Amino acid sequence: MEVIKIENLVKQYPMGGQKFTALKNINLNFEKGEFCGFIGPSGSGKTTLLNIIGSLDMPSEGSATVLDRKIEKLSHIEAARLRRKHMGFIFQTYNLLPVYTVFENVEFPLLIMKMSAEQRKRKVQDALEWVGLTDKAEARPAQLSGGQSQRVAIARAIVKQPELVLADEPTANLDAENSYNILETMVKLNRELSTTFLFATHDEKVIGYLKRKVYLVDGQVAKDEIVKLKEGTEAQRHKEK
Amino acid sequence: MMAFLLKGLARDRSRSLFPVLMVSAGAFLTVFLYSWMYGAMGDLVSSNARFDTGHVKIMTRAYEELADQIPNDLALLGIDRLLEQLRKQEAGMIWAPRIRFGGLLDIPDEQGQTRAQGPIMGLGVDLFGPLSREVETLNLQHALVRGRLPKQENEVLISDEFAERLGVNIGETATLLGSTMNGSMAMYNFTVAGTVRFGVAAMDRGTIIADIRGVQYALDMQDGAGEIVGYTENMLYADEAMLKLAEKFNNNFSRLDDEFSPIMVSLSQQNGLAEYLGLADKVGGIIVGIFILAMSIVLWNSGLMNSLRRYGEIGVRLAMGEPRGSVYRWMIFESIIIGIVGSILGTLLGLAIAYYLQFTGIDVGNFLQKSTVLISNVIRARVTGWSYIIGFIPGLVASVAGTMFAGIGVYRRQTSQLFKELEV
Repeated sequence: MEVIKIENLVKQYPMGGQKFTALKNINLNFEKGEFCGFIGPSGSGKTTLLNIIGSLDMPSEGSATVLDRKIEKLSHIEAARLRRKHMGFIFQTYNLLPVYTVFENVEFPLLIMKMSAEQRKRKVQDALEWVGLTDKAEARPAQLSGGQSQRVAIARAIVKQPELVLADEPTANLDAENSYNILETMVKLNRELSTTFLFATHDEKVIGYLKRKVYLVDGQVAKDEIVKLKEGTEAQRHKEK
Repeated sequence: MMAFLLKGLARDRSRSLFPVLMVSAGAFLTVFLYSWMYGAMGDLVSSNARFDTGHVKIMTRAYEELADQIPNDLALLGIDRLLEQLRKQEAGMIWAPRIRFGGLLDIPDEQGQTRAQGPIMGLGVDLFGPLSREVETLNLQHALVRGRLPKQENEVLISDEFAERLGVNIGETATLLGSTMNGSMAMYNFTVAGTVRFGVAAMDRGTIIADIRGVQYALDMQDGAGEIVGYTENMLYADEAMLKLAEKFNNNFSRLDDEFSPIMVSLSQQNGLAEYLGLADKVGGIIVGIFILAMSIVLWNSGLMNSLRRYGEIGVRLAMGEPRGSVYRWMIFESIIIGIVGSILGTLLGLAIAYYLQFTGIDVGNFLQKSTVLISNVIRARVTGWSYIIGFIPGLVASVAGTMFAGIGVYRRQTSQLFKELEV
C-alpha cells in the first residue's frame, strides 16, 4: 500500500533577489511499513523533503501525495489535521515539555485529538511499554538521561499509532549506546505496528539500520537503494565493539 | 485539555507565580495611587466645603461680590424665614447659617489689663439649634483638645495652637474686639469653653468658633447671617446637582436689581474651586492615565516575554498538529487567568491599604505650617467604585493585550522552519 507518492517535486526559496532551488525534480514512492532515510550532507535537501512530506511546507512545483492527500492543496487547518491524526514527529533535541511528567508528555498528542481519558491512559501505558519506560511514567524530563528522553519522544510520536513517523537526526544528541537502543526500539515498532519511518540523517549508526536509503545530493536523488538487513546486525556489531 | 494546561500553569512558576506577582504589583500600585490621589483631591474640596463654601452657599448679591473681604454690613437679614423656606423646599439638604468675622482677641489678666492678644478669624455657627448638624459637620467633638463644647451663647472654642500661644486656659475670659454690622466698634466678652485642633493649618493658627446667637449679639446682627451654607445629606459633593439647585434658587429668589436679594452659588463657583476641580480632574486623570499606561506597557511586555519564552513548546504543539487558533486561544486563556488572579490579588492589597489610609490618613501638617489653603493636615485615601475596577485595566486588559499581540507570531510562524528551530 502506497503511503507517499512524490512526483516531479521542486522546492524553491527566495534568496536575495533570486530563487534558491532546494529540491529538483524529485520522484519517489514509499510503501506502508518502510524504514527509510534521506541521507546526505547539510544543504542536500533532506530536511526540506521531510518538511514537505510532514505537511510543514509546500512544494513549489510538482506534487506530494501523503496518505491520499495532496500536500500542495492543503490549507493550514487541513495540514494540521493530517499531522495530528496520521503523523508523529521525532526531533533531534527531544523537545519534551519540562513541566509535565513522562506520562503527560506522551499523553499530549492524544489530548489534541480530544480522546477520552480512559483511551488516553491505555494508549499511553502501551506506548511507554513499547519504549520500556513504564517505570518512569511519573518522572519529569529533567530526571531522564538523553536516551530516555528520546525514548519518551518516540513514545509521544507513536502513541496515537500514526501511519507515518518523521524523524530529523534523532540520534544526533545521543552517544552510541543510546543511539543503538533507540534505533532498536524504532525497528521493533516498525515491525510490530507496521508504522512507516522516514529519517533525515547523515549518522552512520542510523544509516546502518535503514531498509531503504535515499541519497540526496544538491537537492536531487542521487541513489535510491533498498537494503535487505539481517535483523540485529548493527546492534550485534555494536555489542562486539 | 484545560486541566492539562492548568496543571502546567500551576507547576511552572515562571509562567504562573511570577507573572501573577507582576500583575498583582501593577494592579496594586494602580488601585492605591488612584485612591490616594482621589482622596487627596477630595480632602481639599471637603475641607473647603466644611469650613467655608458649603456645597452651596447663599449670600446677598452685594456680599457675594466682596466675599473675600467678609463684608458683614452686606449680610443677609431675615434668615429665620429664609431658613424655614429652604428647609421646606429643599428638604434633602442640610442648611446652616454662619457668620464669618475677623477681629482681635484680647486676654485680660486679673486686673482686666491685656495679658495677651492676637488677630483671629471667627466663625459663628448654630451650635444649639435642634436641626443643626454643625458640630458634626465641623467635626468639633473629635477636634476638641481641652475643655468641652460651648453650652451657652457667650462661650467660645479657640484653636488649641492659638490658645497655647496666648496662654489661655479653659474658663478664662476672651474679649473679641471687632466691628459690628453697622460699622461701629464691637466688644464682647466670651468665656473659653474649650480648645480645638481643626487639622487645617490655616485655621489652627488663630480661629475661634462660637454659637451664632452670641456672635449675632456681639456684632449687632440680630436675625442676620453673612451666609447660609447647604450640604447634601450624605456630605458628598455633586457639582451638577448643586449647580442646578443654585440655578433654581436664583430663579425664584434672586433679583438683579436688588443687591440685597439672596444669591446661591455652588462650591465650584467659589474661591476658584471650579478651576481647581477642573485642573484636579485633568491632572489626576493624566497622572493616573500615565501610570496605567506605564504599568500596561510593563505588563504588556511581560505578556510578550512569556509568549516568546514558550517558543519551543508552541513549535512542538504546531508540529504535532494542534491548530494555530487553538494554540492562540489557549495562550489568551492562560493570560486571562493570570490577569484575573493577579488583578484580584493586587486590587485586594491596594484596597486594603487604601481603606487603612482612608481611616488613618497621613499627617502632612509639618509641610503646611504656612499654608492659607483650607486643606486638611491629614491626607486620606478615598476608596470609590472605580478603585475596585481600575486595577483590572493594566492587570487584565494590558497583559491579555500583550499576549494577544505576541500570539500573532503563532499565525506568522513558518512551520517549515520548525525542525530547524526545534533543533536549537
